Amino acid sequence: MNKKLESRIDIDALKLKKGELVQEVEDLCGENLFGCYQCGTCSAGCPFIEDMDLSPDEVIRYIILDRKEVLNSKTIWLCAACFTCAERCPRDINITKIMEALRQIILRKNIDRTNLINITKEEKVSIPQLAFVSLFRKNVG
Amino acid sequence: MKLLYYPGCTLKTSAKNLEKSAFAIMEALGHEMIEMEDWNCCGVVSSLTDDDLMHHLAPLRNLIHVEDAGYDKIITLCDMCYNTLKQTNLRVKEKPEDLETLNSFMDRENDYKGTVKVLHFLEFLRDEVGFDVLKKSIKRPLKGMKIMPYYGCMLLRPREVSIDDAEEPTILSKILTSLGADVVDNPFKIECCGSYHTIEEKNLVSNRAYRITKFAVDRGSDAIVLSCPLCRFNLDVRGKEAEKIYNNYKQLPVYYYVQLIAVAIGLDPKCCGFEEHAVDPVLLLKKKGAFEK
Repeated sequence: MNKKLESRIDIDALKLKKGELVQEVEDLCGENLFGCYQCGTCSAGCPFIEDMDLSPDEVIRYIILDRKEVLNSKTIWLCAACFTCAERCPRDINITKIMEALRQIILRKNIDRTNLINITKEEKVSIPQLAFVSLFRKNVG
Repeated sequence: MKLLYYPGCTLKTSAKNLEKSAFAIMEALGHEMIEMEDWNCCGVVSSLTDDDLMHHLAPLRNLIHVEDAGYDKIITLCDMCYNTLKQTNLRVKEKPEDLETLNSFMDRENDYKGTVKVLHFLEFLRDEVGFDVLKKSIKRPLKGMKIMPYYGCMLLRPREVSIDDAEEPTILSKILTSLGADVVDNPFKIECCGSYHTIEEKNLVSNRAYRITKFAVDRGSDAIVLSCPLCRFNLDVRGKEAEKIYNNYKQLPVYYYVQLIAVAIGLDPKCCGFEEHAVDPVLLLKKKGAFEK
């Protein structure tokens, strides 16, 4: 469990209290992370697993172990909220909501994932509008 | 009885053909559908944190306007609008205290009473038109066309808002069978197309389109049929771009189910707006003789 994660954000600057990551996530998403028995069903069905640095079940483990570097994982931003993991979890844990909670911890500190200036004019006219609204809702605080 | 329809942003911009074909088949089937007044963006993705009520305001305002207009149901064509409106509708019904907070926040709107039912156009075709009626209206059956139905996420998940079985949906297959086409099943039919990553992670979405389409091709499919405007863009446009990345790969044409219904019931194909697609959808229809009476 010692994976190299990109370090885009300064975790210390988020000023999260020691040992409180799991509580913060649970407060935001309303799910019981300790219900997870690490079966890996979520990761097996995830359409983006190949590009993830941490698998969804590892993300849950990282949170429980208070390993805050999970907030620097690519996984939480790759999750497009397709709800496949939530639908299939044998413990009925909504992993999609856990991913959202992690994104929200960062976004609520005014740290955006997407820089809107980087979107080109060509993209603005060719890509459907609903893609932009969802991107802004997911990646911009 | 007239039916009320909620368009959403994309139906008025990059998916005008989806709206146009739907209106054309409604008229042909003898139903009147009108666009609701003073609608706003639904927000596209539903709020996933428990404390975030703000993002339920936009969908709720639409539901209030449906109630104000005197209707008890609203029909959507876009899968994402369907999902967002329905999730908000469920949330306020399950948690009356949240509805109270939301109602008190909006000054100029009436309170939402919770009487609206959110329907996807596919549900309307299944439950109120009926596939047997659809079958009887066929003038140009899509004989010999092997088509893979693709559902994506928002019609099926989360399970509380699903229009069909969340793991093994059949609604699009049943439509295809009614139209006389052959159905090609594919386990990728319920997998995500890459959604909004199409803006920042184009190759990732091209890969999704490639994986989904390649499986359909290997199983002998000529085309893909779907209902979501974002899935259409991702499979059609990003799939076309995948031709440059993967050797010997050719993207299949992608149709909205309403376009195929319009062709099969003998409407003028002009209403389908096929020219807006990246991979020419007309070629296959002509090859299979679907434009001939």
